[in-house]
Amino acid sequence: MTSFVKPKIRRHNEPLNELGLARADYEGNMSTLCAGCGHDSVTAAMVRAFYELSIPPHRALKISGIGCSSKTTSYFMNDSHGANTVHGRMPSFATGALSANNDLPTIGISGDGDSLSIGLGQMAHAMRRNVNMLYMLENNGVYGLTKGQFSASADLGSLPKKGDPNEFSPIDPVAFALSVGATFIARSFSGDRQQLVSLIKAGLKHKGFAIIDVISPCVSFNDHKGSTKSYAHTYEFYSKAVHADYIAPSEEIVAAYDEGEVMPVELHDGGYIQLRKVDKDYDPTDRGAAFNRVMASDNANEILTGLLYIDKSQPDLHQTQNMEARPLNEIPYTELNPGADKLQALQAEFR
Amino acid sequence: MKPTDTSNPDYFHKVVDCQWACPAHTPVPHYIRLIAQGDYSEAYLVNRASNVFPGVLGRVCDRPCEPACRRTRVEEKPVAICRLKRVAADHRDDIRDRLPKKPDQTNGKKIALIGAGPASFTVANDLAPLGYECTIFEKLDKPGGLMRSNIPAFRLPEDVLMDELGYILDMGVELKLGHPIESMGALLKEGYDAVFVGTGAPKGKDLGLPGREESRDNIHIGINWLEEVAFEHTDKIGENVLIIGVGNTAMDCCRTSLRLGAKDVKVMARKPRAFFKASEWELEDAEEENVEILVNHSPKAFVHENGKLTGMVFELMEYDLDETGRITDQRVVGEKTIPCDDVILAIGQENAFPWIEADAGIEFDKWNVPLVDKVTHESTRKGVFFGGDSAFGPLNIIWAVEHGHQAAISIHNHCRGLPLTDRLPDQINLASAKMGMAEWRYSNAFDASSRRKMEHVELVERFKKIDTEVELGFSPEQIATEVQRCLNCDVHTVFDAPLCEECDACVDVCPVECLTITPNAESEQELRDALTASDPTVDQDLFVSAALPLTGRVMIKDENICLHCGLCAERCPTSAWDMKEGVIKIHHAADQKELTEA
Repeated sequence: MTSFVKPKIRRHNEPLNELGLARADYEGNMSTLCAGCGHDSVTAAMVRAFYELSIPPHRALKISGIGCSSKTTSYFMNDSHGANTVHGRMPSFATGALSANNDLPTIGISGDGDSLSIGLGQMAHAMRRNVNMLYMLENNGVYGLTKGQFSASADLGSLPKKGDPNEFSPIDPVAFALSVGATFIARSFSGDRQQLVSLIKAGLKHKGFAIIDVISPCVSFNDHKGSTKSYAHTYEFYSKAVHADYIAPSEEIVAAYDEGEVMPVELHDGGYIQLRKVDKDYDPTDRGAAFNRVMASDNANEILTGLLYIDKSQPDLHQTQNMEARPLNEIPYTELNPGADKLQALQAEFR
Repeated sequence: MKPTDTSNPDYFHKVVDCQWACPAHTPVPHYIRLIAQGDYSEAYLVNRASNVFPGVLGRVCDRPCEPACRRTRVEEKPVAICRLKRVAADHRDDIRDRLPKKPDQTNGKKIALIGAGPASFTVANDLAPLGYECTIFEKLDKPGGLMRSNIPAFRLPEDVLMDELGYILDMGVELKLGHPIESMGALLKEGYDAVFVGTGAPKGKDLGLPGREESRDNIHIGINWLEEVAFEHTDKIGENVLIIGVGNTAMDCCRTSLRLGAKDVKVMARKPRAFFKASEWELEDAEEENVEILVNHSPKAFVHENGKLTGMVFELMEYDLDETGRITDQRVVGEKTIPCDDVILAIGQENAFPWIEADAGIEFDKWNVPLVDKVTHESTRKGVFFGGDSAFGPLNIIWAVEHGHQAAISIHNHCRGLPLTDRLPDQINLASAKMGMAEWRYSNAFDASSRRKMEHVELVERFKKIDTEVELGFSPEQIATEVQRCLNCDVHTVFDAPLCEECDACVDVCPVECLTITPNAESEQELRDALTASDPTVDQDLFVSAALPLTGRVMIKDENICLHCGLCAERCPTSAWDMKEGVIKIHHAADQKELTEA
């Protein structure tokens, strides 16, 4: 908790983005999460990513379900569109909103409880339909709002603050996403700001369903010795496979790396995601290889991070369904509502 | 980089920009908090311990603290530190029973103090309660030195000055008025254990231009003229007056002229406004009284008729400036005669010691400034000390006070046979300001209010009497707002690296982004490059923590831009950041007794 609102202070040499806005212009209400919560760090990374991409802070869509993570939509870009929706139902809400307006950068924020239990079906179908959104899964292994019960992402044998170790097998959001057809799959950690910001920027620019599974420790209920989602545990077993940098169409690719390490992936807007591979033999465009590598890391207790899989060949839901490209609110009323005669004619076709 | 050594008292002292800039190191944020709590008497005493004359300085201090104020990093105007000092003085209760007392018996050591100005009075203030028999010799009939003779009563009322001098006289200090010291040699023979010279810089500079001699009746040396006015030997001046020079003495001269009947007063400056020596606020106050300040006029000659001054000739100057504002070239582009009845020269002052004999063992440099040790204030003769303007040339009151404190320590050591360099070092005591969850014993919320404007007496009213004080003091509403503008820079962000979890909460919540967690580097510049935001224009240290326990990275903080709002400490889940109030112990003569006891 905090006693007062973070003041907006203009400094002498404050850096500004292409729109002339400062990073503070992308912030929102003061967080009411516990001090030290990983989610606040993820929020700060999103602020930074939107700021660096110079996305107008009122021209975005942010939606969430229920839970600690889902509260965070209040804590950034207050002027943009969005809603706190029903528990686990954020993906359908996003699908509907995007059908009406495919122009807004869309970010869905959810947690391991919201996504992997009550909302697992919703998330799976948004993935297989390749809805054009960035899905942030803030993963801390517990239900923080209800005082720390294990969620479906808790690892086998992980110790709770009080009571017995977890006995159920965890759902790995990355492995799950690989199996149902998401086209941009990444994992990161709230404590790795640099990597997380790069991934968020790349994910926002990816046309299709992008998911970032962010290990985001719960300081109140899952940050103790024996927990596998604590800050200490994550820092200890952290490993990076592939860096992903978003390169805007106006920028040049600078390849100052050894052969085989760098791999540019061109995006629909003319920009690139430049992949820098820590592990030269790893190919993040090969779904089978990615799956094997994720499984191997899981078995080795290694927290594998970076952009683990990308497929830009799949059309997104809008294209597949041949939906109107223009946002509905920009279509003239007469075109949107052609009148009773046209309706009669249409209905006649079905008689 | 090695971790920053925050145990060095100077580290946190430097963060309190105002206190660091104050020659006497007045704990400004501490007394402003006391004012906020309505404890004016305590605020006064905290001030008095450092600067001895809060009522005087709250009106006429040179304010080295205000340009340094941290507030200027986020907005244009600093906290009205000086005027808040006056608030403490104006609203204090009778505090006489809380001041150091005259001791029951003296220690038998006799100290002669020459000149009854701020430096001598500070020495007496520090030494009399310790048992020293202090005698102040003053050539004029009233005490105060330049505080009385050069600062007009409409800026500093006599009773304010007398109250504060009275406190010191009540400690058993003897004051001999109308008692000029005409021979140092004779004084030294009188058996004093130590002699302190606080005679100021009493000689106003003259301007030897053609016509100077012929029109001498209407040409006045600024500081002498102000003294004549203060002692009521002069009570009128011509209708048209020119003031030569544009320092603070010039401002006092022009405003005093208006009160003695001048109708048109012009201040003549040789250079453009950026080169003026006067404080910005003194210029504003003079211009408010319709004084005209003319730039680029260089005096050339006095014009006179039948032995009476009629005007002055000026060369009109033109200057070339480089991009840093320095003058690279100058030329005369014309000439102009400005008629006037009187001219007041306010072009500087210098030391003069006609009463110190060449064989007194006191050496001077070629500018007639005595050779005085910067730390001990001792001259080349053992047991003779200098302070105030007489020591190193003209400075200001607050410097004179600090010289007095330092000289008092030296005299105390001298009289006990201790080396003068045995001086207690500064110390800092840090105590957590935490009172509970998000609760601190200081008002940490940032208040965006702008600086309150001091109300002045109306123009027509202020010219009726020469001693009508122009500034009215702050109203209760103004006080309540102005105190909240202080950022409490003495409540420090103190970091305990082993407790850090590297959750980034502090980094993200900081409203000025002054924190960064980054891998350590070889040089300070590399670390500064890693800062999320930094302010290269202000000189403050970079804080570098010890290695953080989880990743071995370091926490770095740019002390330039921190606003001491405490949000980092509020958001820290492990209390690795804490807000701690730092009390810097600056030792005076009374504290030095520990040296003998130890």
